[in-house]
Amino acid sequence: MGIKSLDELRKIRENSIKKIDLRNQGNEGDNIEILIGMATCGIASGAREILNTLAEEVSKKNIKNVKIVPVGCIGYCHSEPIIQVNIPGQKPVIYGKVDKDRAIEIFNSHIIKGKAIKKYTLDIDFERAKQL
Amino acid sequence: MTVYRTNILVCGGTGCVSSASLDVYNKFKKLITSAGYDKEVKIIKTGCFGFCEQGPIVKIEPDNVFYVKVNKKDAEEIVNEHIIKGRIVKRLLYKEPNSKRIIEKHQNMPFYKKQFRIALRNCGLINPEDIYEYIAVGGYEALGRVITKMNRDEIVDIIKKSGLRGRGGGGFPTGIKWEITKNNHSDKKYIICNADEGDPGAFMDRSILEGDPHNVLEAMAIGGYTIGADKGLIYIRAEYPLAIERLDIAIKQARELGLLGNNILGTDFNFDIEIKLGAGAFVCGEETALINSAEGKRGEPNYKPPYPAQEGLWGKPTCVNNVETFANIPAIILNGYEWFSSIGTEKSKGTKVFALAGKINNVGLVEVPMGTTFREIIYDIGGGIQGNRKFKAVQTGGPSGGVITEENLDTPIDYDSLSSIGSMMGSGGMIVMDDTTCMVDVAKFYLEFTQDESCGRCTPCRIGTKRMFEILTKITDGKGTKEDLKNLEQLSYMIKDGSLCGLGQTAPNPVLSTMKFFKDEYLQHVVNKVCPTGRCKGLAKYKIDPEKCVGCTACAKVCPVECISGKLKETHVIDQNRCIKCGACFEACRFNAVIKPK
Amino acid sequence: MALKNINITINGKNLTVPEGITILEASNRAGVKIPTLCHLDLHDLKMVNKTASCRVCIVEAKGRNTLVPACVTKVYDGMDIRTNSIRAIRARRIAVELLLSNHPNECFTCPKNMDCELQALAAELGIREIKWEGEKIDLPIDTSSFAIVKNPNKCIMCRRCETMCNEVQTCGILSAISRGFSSFVGPAFNISMAESSCTYCGQCVAVCPTAALTEVNNTDQVWDAINDPDKYVIVQTAPAIRVAIGELFGMEAGTIVTGKLVTALRMMGFDKVFDTDFSADLTIMEEASELINRLENNGRLPMLTSCCPAWVKFIEHQFPELLDVPSTCKSPHIMFGTIAKTYYAEKNNIDPDKIVVVSVMPCLAKKAEAKRPELTKDDANNVDIVITTRELGSMLKEAGINFNTLPDSEFDNPLGESTGASVIFGTTGGVIEAAIRTAYEWMTGKELEHVEFTQLRGMEGIREGTVKINDIDLNIGIAHGLGNARKLLEDIRDGKSKYHAIEIMACPGGCIGGGGQPYHHGNIEIIKKRQQAIYNEDKNKAIRKSHENPYIIKLYEEYLGKPLGHKSHDLLHTYYTAKEKI
Repeated sequence: MGIKSLDELRKIRENSIKKIDLRNQGNEGDNIEILIGMATCGIASGAREILNTLAEEVSKKNIKNVKIVPVGCIGYCHSEPIIQVNIPGQKPVIYGKVDKDRAIEIFNSHIIKGKAIKKYTLDIDFERAKQL
Repeated sequence: MTVYRTNILVCGGTGCVSSASLDVYNKFKKLITSAGYDKEVKIIKTGCFGFCEQGPIVKIEPDNVFYVKVNKKDAEEIVNEHIIKGRIVKRLLYKEPNSKRIIEKHQNMPFYKKQFRIALRNCGLINPEDIYEYIAVGGYEALGRVITKMNRDEIVDIIKKSGLRGRGGGGFPTGIKWEITKNNHSDKKYIICNADEGDPGAFMDRSILEGDPHNVLEAMAIGGYTIGADKGLIYIRAEYPLAIERLDIAIKQARELGLLGNNILGTDFNFDIEIKLGAGAFVCGEETALINSAEGKRGEPNYKPPYPAQEGLWGKPTCVNNVETFANIPAIILNGYEWFSSIGTEKSKGTKVFALAGKINNVGLVEVPMGTTFREIIYDIGGGIQGNRKFKAVQTGGPSGGVITEENLDTPIDYDSLSSIGSMMGSGGMIVMDDTTCMVDVAKFYLEFTQDESCGRCTPCRIGTKRMFEILTKITDGKGTKEDLKNLEQLSYMIKDGSLCGLGQTAPNPVLSTMKFFKDEYLQHVVNKVCPTGRCKGLAKYKIDPEKCVGCTACAKVCPVECISGKLKETHVIDQNRCIKCGACFEACRFNAVIKPK
Repeated sequence: MALKNINITINGKNLTVPEGITILEASNRAGVKIPTLCHLDLHDLKMVNKTASCRVCIVEAKGRNTLVPACVTKVYDGMDIRTNSIRAIRARRIAVELLLSNHPNECFTCPKNMDCELQALAAELGIREIKWEGEKIDLPIDTSSFAIVKNPNKCIMCRRCETMCNEVQTCGILSAISRGFSSFVGPAFNISMAESSCTYCGQCVAVCPTAALTEVNNTDQVWDAINDPDKYVIVQTAPAIRVAIGELFGMEAGTIVTGKLVTALRMMGFDKVFDTDFSADLTIMEEASELINRLENNGRLPMLTSCCPAWVKFIEHQFPELLDVPSTCKSPHIMFGTIAKTYYAEKNNIDPDKIVVVSVMPCLAKKAEAKRPELTKDDANNVDIVITTRELGSMLKEAGINFNTLPDSEFDNPLGESTGASVIFGTTGGVIEAAIRTAYEWMTGKELEHVEFTQLRGMEGIREGTVKINDIDLNIGIAHGLGNARKLLEDIRDGKSKYHAIEIMACPGGCIGGGGQPYHHGNIEIIKKRQQAIYNEDKNKAIRKSHENPYIIKLYEEYLGKPLGHKSHDLLHTYYTAKEKI
């Protein structure tokens, strides 16, 4: 179904905007999101295994409000695989060098208990241009 | 020297001056002087903070407090409250637009993080396989505005005024390219996205296509509308399967939503995009070679003119832009050319993505405003040199560029500063070398690459780069002469002067620039037959330590070429000219007198 | 639109030149010589090689960062050009030195020795040493075909052959393969010339500046045959030889040297010196009959001439569905071979197995044609050895024959007698003109008043004319160059052709521009002069219509019977085979 006008496009934008806000600021929303860097660099360093591990955890623990979203690369090739955890109301947290064990550890601590694991986090040293 | 207690920094950049920062500056001067603080407080007019939409901007040091949109009246309050009483004027602090969080400290402001991401703005943030996420971050809004509200000249004007230049290497102003193609009349025109990223070590285009494919599609549609093309082509190397897959998905989704195809957003604008796979030849990044290859011909460049804007794909006017260039377009349309041109240096606007590689701690992609220095990128962002070794050089522009040395670490990076120091922007590869890197070896590495990637069309590049590579091999094998250095230089200049396309014309750059900055290292190789880093195995030398040698003749007996001389009980000597570096003497010596090269 | 004049400066000298010309053209006007190598301007044949690849003509243009190639860079108003600055001169010299550094050092034994443009350039630039020694490309030499030798080690990547093969001849055989230092020109996937769809037209050889493409040399076989006492060696020379071979001895292009040629061949020791012109007349007898037959019996039209073996191979590969359009006549020199080994052998009581027929041809395709299986019977060739004009020239020089001072002499009989109609076979349009001279008289029963059909003459790539014969307006088409031929064939394939008869020659200009002729080095005036000589030779002939050749009449009376009769069908006609297009 095609978008017929600029106004229609803007309506679609309104409807989708909330979850992206969650990723930037940790504002509102109902779901927890786990973003996973799935560009060539991420995949090459094992992101696919991490994706599978997290998906397994989600279904094993039967958690309904977690969504795993594959995204592109943030340029931190030195720390791939990278995941970002977005919990409503909290600042997004980025983890680097996530292997299978770390993924499970992060899942159990951060997703289940809401406790981020500081020692695995990465500081973001960039700012994204916003589109007005 | 007077030491001031406090500095008031008032932005004197074009953007802020236009919003009356000079008045604010003068006001501060007057207030501070009349308050008698002029010995304690200094007022400084600074360069652009790069945050012009919030100007005039005032910063108080060393408190590191940052005020935005300061007018003359506000200046009075700042002096009275902050300077005199030490109380921060909260209402003038910067508020993050979305969270409305108030930010006091400068370094906490996201803008003042070293990296600012325009081309990569959505990478890692949105799901590249979900068009709705792209729309959520403002995607296709720019296209919508352009095709419903703007005419083609207006768009050209915006892109021209933004100062955007080609990110693929040449740095040609994008707006002018669009304008020329727009002005060439033809029944059919094409817009091509050059995704034939071939610079060794550079992968920003791949990252953009993998992380934010719609951004490029949208930009191509904007470009297509502007120049009058209804057909876009993405020429991408087949070695990028994931990028191709995501582009495929993105094109399909955009077609489903009517953002590609006929009558886009209810207008009479038709535009569609096709993916063309390349075999990954470096030279196909050159636009005429790319077009030949896209037409199914041999991937080799043509003599220009005619330029693609005159006779391009299938002989029709064609505009070729690089992925990263396109990735800037929607943001420029939405945020305005003033915003974009407020970032960067005088002649190079916006940001540039660099791929950091080599002996650096944080290998990866960075996107920084033009004018950021090498030192900031390497040390502040890149985390410094691996193992805390000494920085030696950084290569930009890949095989077409040159080395930048310690003395130029503080050069603000832009197109012109790089070419003035003998390198070039290129596609943004940045390879960091430490003191274990041999510069002759580096030059040889690049020449090996270019002579292999030469299409073979013109004599200087086909045979000349091969000869350069041979001379460099001779030097690293320890057989070079001073004459070779002279010849190498002469040949380099001829190839620069005489080659048909950019690949050949820039191929000698790594040699010329290493010869310029590391002449001594070359001379060490050819005169002293020594590679100071020990990289060049052909120059490795076995030596006999006269202190330790007892003259047992064991080494001389095992030497297969009989190049060790010396009488019994006298110090032995290796004839370096005949030595084949087999190491037999080292193994044979029972007194540790044979020194193995490192 | 009149061309605008603009002002430019070359080496400080002001010059007014028309807009749109190249620096090279402008400097020629100024009397300034810029060396060139890959550049080849055959604009009369609609071919200009614009690869700008050798970089031998690079010059300085003020305001440009790099040097620019004079051959393709157009001048603009106010352009300031320096052709003789040290920067330009050095760069040009290095370009040549680099080419030489990757070129075999074997001028002594090279087939192009003294005829090589790279060699001439090195001499012109006074190159005395090659600074840039290094690895040389070392690839196998392709000797797979009977016609063309391809030596990639001598290829300088000028791409003239590629332009010729693709743009002019539209055969698409030769193109650059591999890349960088290893690149060279060859058929796709580097298959051999013999495996490819090459027509052996030899136009690549005609434009190759070096010896990367040359003819297969058969001169030794000729010497061996002449010196074999058991062999009876007959030589025949094609119409186009007599107007070209003089060039090899320093004569003006277009000098007619028929008499000297006959004397020279006799001095070489051939047992008989005959003329392909004789069998050209014979061809007309058959071909004109075939045309009349097709016209009168609702046969396949248009009928296409079949004298040119490159053209025949072209249609077999490229238009296999149209193999019923060419005439079934063998080409003249093959007809000659057949008649020599049958009629002539019988008449003179010579064992045909002892006869060796040597053809001197302007052509490389004839070398391959002579080896076609359907043109050899019981392992006996119709024609045994084919040599080119150039090969004959080198044999004469080797034999110490002072060609320029030779007296004239006449061809032997009976296979040496010919008419003006056969002479014009040597140029584009000639075969069809000769056929019309005969067909007209046969169909109308009247004598032709004006034998010269000037409307069919000239150098245009595709020409046409209409000749009224009885109540038929006979539409005639002529194409030379295979690209032009392709256009006419596509029309035939699409059922759009209006012609009754078409003459096609593979080489631009016809046989006078053949791949075996003395090298023209880009000077098309030479081919035009040869054409004029052909027409003059026709004019000087007492008999100008094939069917009036007394020896031809006798041949039919004594041996063949009538044109298209049983015997002539058996001996003088052939068939074509569909071939793959690779």
